[in-house]
Formats: sequence, C-alpha cells, structure tokens
Amino acid sequence: MRLKAEMGINDRYHDRDIAQRLVEEIVELSGKLARQVRFMEVCGTHTVALRRHGIHSLLPPNVKLISGPGCPVCVTPSGYIDNAIRLIEEFDCTVVSFGDMVKVPGAGGGTLAGYLGSGRVRIVYSPSELSALAGVIKGPVVFLAIGFETTVPVVLAGFKKALADNRKNLLLYTAFKTVPAALEFLLADKSHRLDGFLLPGHVSVIIGRLAYAFLEENENVSGVITGFEPVDMLVGIKSLLQLVSNHETRVTNEYKRAVRDAGNPTARAIMDEFLEPYAARWRSIGNIENSGLRLLPRFSDFDAAAVFGLKDEMDTDAPGCLCGSVIQGKVVPSECGLFGTVCTPDRPVGPCMVSSEGTCAAYLKYGA
Amino acid sequence: MDKHIRLEHGSGGVLSRELVEQIIYPALKNAAYPALKDGTDVSCSPSMCMTTDTYVVDPIFFPGGDIGKLAVFGTCNDLAVSGARPQYISLGFIIEEGFPVADLSRVLSSIAEAAGEAGVAVVTGDTKVVGAGKGGGIYINSAGIGEKCFSGDLDPAGLHIGDAVVLSGPVGAHGITVLGAREGLPVGKSLVSDCANLFPLCNELFPFGASLKFLRDATRGGVAAVLNEIVAGLSVGILIRESDIPVSPDVEAAADILGLNALEVANEGVFVAVVSGDAADSAISKLAGHPAGKEASVIGTIVADPAGKVFLETRIGGKRMIDLPRGLLLPRIC
Repeated sequence: MRLKAEMGINDRYHDRDIAQRLVEEIVELSGKLARQVRFMEVCGTHTVALRRHGIHSLLPPNVKLISGPGCPVCVTPSGYIDNAIRLIEEFDCTVVSFGDMVKVPGAGGGTLAGYLGSGRVRIVYSPSELSALAGVIKGPVVFLAIGFETTVPVVLAGFKKALADNRKNLLLYTAFKTVPAALEFLLADKSHRLDGFLLPGHVSVIIGRLAYAFLEENENVSGVITGFEPVDMLVGIKSLLQLVSNHETRVTNEYKRAVRDAGNPTARAIMDEFLEPYAARWRSIGNIENSGLRLLPRFSDFDAAAVFGLKDEMDTDAPGCLCGSVIQGKVVPSECGLFGTVCTPDRPVGPCMVSSEGTCAAYLKYGA
Repeated sequence: MDKHIRLEHGSGGVLSRELVEQIIYPALKNAAYPALKDGTDVSCSPSMCMTTDTYVVDPIFFPGGDIGKLAVFGTCNDLAVSGARPQYISLGFIIEEGFPVADLSRVLSSIAEAAGEAGVAVVTGDTKVVGAGKGGGIYINSAGIGEKCFSGDLDPAGLHIGDAVVLSGPVGAHGITVLGAREGLPVGKSLVSDCANLFPLCNELFPFGASLKFLRDATRGGVAAVLNEIVAGLSVGILIRESDIPVSPDVEAAADILGLNALEVANEGVFVAVVSGDAADSAISKLAGHPAGKEASVIGTIVADPAGKVFLETRIGGKRMIDLPRGLLLPRIC
C-alpha cells in the first residue's frame, strides 16, 4: 500500500489539498467572469487524463472543456487503412503498427486486425523494435508511421537504426501530423467560440513554447502548455482563466519541468534530417497547409507511398459517424446517434471510439 | 522417454501409457489416490459445490507462477469464493505436438506443489495431443469439487446502503506481469504475479455469517468488472476511493506507462468482498493476519445513487465512472 512516508515527487501532483485550493481559485476566477468560457484540450492524452482524475466533476458549470483533434489515430483518414491493406494484399508487405491503429475500420470496412493471426500485421510497442523485426521478416516491411511531434522523433530514431543496420526492406508509410498547423486551422474557423487551448505537454517537449508564438497574434485565444498530472491540469485551467480575466492573449508554459522555449534540439534535428512539411489530409477536414511531415525526396526508396504508388487517401466516414465533427470540437460524442449503442470500443464504427485516447472512447469510459 | 511431445502420446497406445506412467503419475499421485483413474470414488458431504475452468495463459511460465499453478489455484479459488472448501480436482491437458517434455514436467511439479498447498487431491485426468501449430503449447482444463462450508447467501441482491466493499490485496499484479512477460515489455523486474490460494482468506470471512454478503475473485476484467457485476440491475451503486485501493508502485508505474488501469487488469490472488458496514473493521483485521491479506482494505461503500453504477472518488477528490472493461489490453501509442 502507498504510505504517506513513501510519497514521491510525483505525488505532489496528485495532492488533494493542493488540488482543492486550485479548484477554489478556479471557482473564484470563473465566478467573476459571469459568462461561459470554453477551453479546448488539444491532446488525446489530456482528454483521458482530465476524465480519469475526475477534473470535470470539480469544475464550475461555466467552465467548459472541449476535446480537440489530438489523437493521431482519429485524425488519420480512413483511406490510409485501405492503403495499408493494399500493401498486404497487392504488394505482399508485412505491415507493422502501433496497437490502436489495427482496430480502425477503413473506408471499405476492413481492418488490419484481421491479418494479425497470419503474421502479415505485427504490433510493436516501440519503434526501437523495427530494425530487429525487419531483419527477421522476408520482403518489404512497412511501418505505419502516424503520430504527432511526440511520436515522430522516436519513429525516426528506429528508422535511422534500421538504415544503419542496412535494412533495405524497412519502409515508412507516413501520416505524421503537426499540432501548430491544426491550431491555426481551428482558429481560422471563427465559429469556434474558444477562449483558450490547454496545449499538449508531450508535443511541447519536442517543439517548445515558441512554436506556438503565432497564437499571440490572434485576438482572444491564449494557450497554456500543460502537463498531465491532476495538479498540472488544474494549474493550466487556472492560468487560462487568469489570462481571460486579464483580457490577455499569450502563450505560457506551466510544464516547465519538461518543456523549454526552444523544445528538444536533438529531436528537432532528427526531424529536419529526414522530413519535410506538406499539406496533409486530416479526417473529415481535408488538406491543411504544412500540417504533415513526410520523408524528404532523397529517402523516397524508403517511402512506401512512393515505392508502391499508393493512391491519395480516400476520406469517407461510415454513415452516421460524427468523428469528423468530434475531432474539431464541434459536437460532443453524445450528440452522435451511434455513440455507445451501435459504436462501442468492442465494435467501433469510427476512430474516436477505437483509440484509447479517442474522445468518444474516453467519454464513454469515464462517463463525462 | 522422448524429449518432445509427439502425436502418438495422445493416441491411447504405447506412448500414451509411457507418458502417463513415466511423467504424469509420478508427479501427481498421492497416498490417498495412488492411481489416477478414468473415474475415482470420492467421499462427499451432503452439500457440495462444483466448478470448472480452462487455462490458456501465454506465456506458460511467468514470474510468480505458471499454467499449472494457475490451473490448481484458479479452480480452487472459484470454489472458495462460492463458499466451499476445495477437495478434489480433475486435470484435462491439451498439449501441442513438439511441446518439451521437460516443460510438461515443470508444469506438473508446480501442479503438485500447488495442490499440496491447497490441500486438494488430483483424482482424475486426461491427456490429448494436437498437431504442431494447432495449440498454444499446453492448455489445461480443471474441474473441482468441494464441500460447502458457508451456508449464507452471496447474492448481491441482499446488499444494503452502507455495506463495505473490501479488497483482499493489491490489484493488477498478475495481468501486468503476464502482459509484460508476453510482450517483452520493459516493465519492472520486480513484478510478480499474485497467483495464490484464496481459501484461507475466504475462510476467515465465513464466520461472519449473514454479515458476509458477497465474495468473488477478481480475475479477468479485474476489480472493475466485479464491481460492475455486483451492482448491475440493482437499485444501489458503489462508490470507491482511489486513495484506499492498494496497488504496488511497480504495478502502478507499469500500468501508467502502458495506458492501462490497474483496476481493469486481471488478478489471480485477489477477491472482492462486501460485508455489512459494522463488520468491516473486524473483517480487515482477520484478513490482515494472512500474508496474502496483509494489505486488505475497505475500498468503498454501497451507496444509493447512482443506482447500478460504479463511481470512483479520485485522489484529488474528483468523481468519475468505473465502466466494465472493454476491448483487449493494447497499450496506447503515444
């Protein structure tokens, strides 16, 4: 059992007294505003952590948290899955993926999970396993390289190791996305009615606070870089309320123990070494300028989309599925007619119910 | 004896006999039941309980146990939480062609040790062999019977507001350990399955009579599944407190990294009990007298509202729902 005497540094971020004081300050600040404020948690990890710690139940009714587009599985167009299935069926590839992705239905209704038994789809827990895996599999091995800036450098480190080990059969099928481009897109839609962003702590470790500097040029939407422990998230919400109260638009860092202004230079260097920005397609949103990262042309021999001439990803949602609106914070999951009835984690229709960090899965699981 | 199991070991002929006589009998026979027969006479009391369970764990050997120990304790625990003292078990082996005989011997010796600890006799068994690639090494089915020693009603319909929800030990160790071993995850080296015989602990609660209202071992689906099963369809709910739930720091850290909730992870040596509120302290002190129960805790209460649901008060004082676990345990991607 956890005894008080064993309380580690991490426990301060779970401390009930500190949390209660922050809640009181939040109640006081929001009381003075006398209107509803809307903050978007951009990151899927925040969506889950906020609910897992019951933070919603502690917030005053006029402080609304809206879930954003920060689950990489959820923003990947359905046609990406169809292309991954083509890699297996038409090009005899072995497809390697993170766990959640294999359960997402493609536009054709198929999933990669159906190939797990035959070994044509393999799940890895870390991209550091890629080189060894490519060494023991005959024929092309394609890694489904999805994720935001948190995941990208780790994938590239695994890819770089495979190159150093001369694994010519390891290719990437990239659908990397960048967070700042998504925020710019959300801000451009004036109907968003947002007062602030809880900015993703993990992504910010890589890209740094200054990557959000553009936010300070808009009129009324601030950003606070926020960690994932309960006290971190309450501090983030309180900071946003203070900025709203003071009519300030700023980007501040409340996750200083992990995030620097310039981010992580080593991680950024490996991204620059291999990748270039392009207009990537987001599920139900379409192309967003400079929002994706793909392999530089000189690595085209390792780019599965180029090597196998994959078609541009189709982007169709199943009938009735509102995932596209959910990831933009335009509707909450309970407004979708499929939520919790036709669409459940055991029989998901859309990606927001598949991923453990998907908005629909989190709302269903934690009852928020 | 061959070093690996062959299809002929399941054919009923010479090699079957060799396997049974040279490997299985010597490991499992005991003085009271010197021969493992197709059918064995056992003495029974007027009130008996019977159960069966099948074990397919992967990997077969994991820190803190193996499929053999599970097959004995798992079946015994099902009897124990049904209010019965385990007495006899059967073992049905489905072995894959090519399975190392040395591994089979290891499993058998673990079965013998666990049966000795639990005080049950293995009285009958069966062995089948399936072709290479058609089984996961070894599967075991185990039926068990035992004498009822608790006559009270363990139906959750008898729960009242204010009854205490008791957990017999720290959660999540088995599932996290097995997942870590199966996937080669970099989880703590000190993680060990909690696989244990629960009868001695249950037996401490039986004297509580009508104050003991519910008992269930929290295996697949973990504590979250059991709590939801308790209140499903009832006019009461459960509120548990995160800060009162015993969990080892290693399990908590591994679950956190993998994006799993220790309450949803399988246990093999932990039960959930509901006792009347006034019996809670006494129940905890009885359980704490055993090594497997020294971290037993009251983790929550039967409440009026919301009916049929389980809620958790988080460490910081927030509230959220505890749902039935869904899907497979797949770690998150970022």
